[in-house]
Amino acid sequence: MRYAMILLPLVLWGCTAPEPWVKPYERGYLADPIMQYPATTLGGRYREHVNEVREGSRGASSAGAGGGCGCN
Amino acid sequence: MGHPAPVQEVAVAVIKAWSSMWWSWLLLGVFLTGAVLGAVLPDDRAEAMYHYYEGGGVDVSGPAVLVRRSFEDQVSLSGSYYVDTISSASVDVVTGGSPYTDKRSEYGLGMDYLYGNTTMGLNLGLSEESDYRSESYHLNVSQEFFAGMSTLNLGYSRSDDTVSRNGTDFSAGINRHHFRLGLSQIISPKLMMSLDYEGITDDGYLSNPYRSARILGAAVPERYPGARTSNALALRGVQYLEHGASVALGYRYFEDTWGVRGHTYELEYRQYYRDDWQLGGHYRYYGQSAASFYQDDFDTEYNYMARDKELSSFNDQSLGFSITDGRFGFSYDYVMYDYKNFSDLRLGKSGLYSFNSNVLQMSYAMKF
Repeated sequence: MRYAMILLPLVLWGCTAPEPWVKPYERGYLADPIMQYPATTLGGRYREHVNEVREGSRGASSAGAGGGCGCN
Repeated sequence: MGHPAPVQEVAVAVIKAWSSMWWSWLLLGVFLTGAVLGAVLPDDRAEAMYHYYEGGGVDVSGPAVLVRRSFEDQVSLSGSYYVDTISSASVDVVTGGSPYTDKRSEYGLGMDYLYGNTTMGLNLGLSEESDYRSESYHLNVSQEFFAGMSTLNLGYSRSDDTVSRNGTDFSAGINRHHFRLGLSQIISPKLMMSLDYEGITDDGYLSNPYRSARILGAAVPERYPGARTSNALALRGVQYLEHGASVALGYRYFEDTWGVRGHTYELEYRQYYRDDWQLGGHYRYYGQSAASFYQDDFDTEYNYMARDKELSSFNDQSLGFSITDGRFGFSYDYVMYDYKNFSDLRLGKSGLYSFNSNVLQMSYAMKF
């Protein structure tokens, strides 16, 4: 019985899907241009290119998929 | 009715195959739960930029433009053009070749299609310089779900490159595949986080036709493995701060089958100044270990030999600032590169190479 009292809330909690907790009307700050990284598409791609050409690492950049190499 | 009809057999087989693929259930779930809030296409805009890089004997500058326009709120087309005008007297060139100039042009064409909460994108890229050509195709699918609090991104890219050496008949190819998987998550009304993975495989001619390795000081052609596979995992967060400011933090881990391990740390801060202007500062640290077949000077001949400083053990640090009013933008970075096992041959035996560079960009953006 003691176990059941501990387990029951856990089972119920497990069955309840989490509700979205940040409502659409609460996303004003997130939509502010100051929250946009990189600030511009071209600027982000450029910075990414400058790094990729001179470093061994590549991929999973914040600027997204680029093209070309310019490595030679 | 002892035997099921063939149609039923096929249907059962399809359902069994489908249910055995766990990821298909994940995708189906994502599509079904996403029907609450509409995703949106990127803004219509035109951006023009001039970029300038100077450091280590290399000058690279040129213009770039990007135009994006949507139609019927469902389709967004984009086109981009980017130029690098290169003048190089880098340490590799000075100690093993002769200074050169080159021009790289890059063209991009893209289409994004919005359907419900799903955005599908197809991009084509072409990059051309006198001794390197790259054709690439990029596919991206982005799906919002959990009432728009989560976004799942899936991507695949392929590129076919041709490497040549000016003044000779040499020509060789590289095939490259990229696989991307990412999740962006709203954590609170002021915090957004993302986790991104990208795996890349290359096969073909991965060395540089101009560069040399060294055996006991004597120059020999570099020899690289014909394949490379890499994994990168990045975690990023952006937090809104009370006084109209934001701070972004990022970390990326990188590893590949050549033995390179890389760590990237990024910190950026921006804040409003007099309503319209955004002032920002950023710092980035990058460090990596060397590839297993990299040596500054080999003691004997090996199957694979590289002396590419990008595959050596080194770190670099950037410190910079930016200013923009949403239309005009200016950004400057000072970058310091420090090599741990790459000698500057102009300095004799004991001099390790290091250099600093200046990177700047000026841009103008227009919404319409």
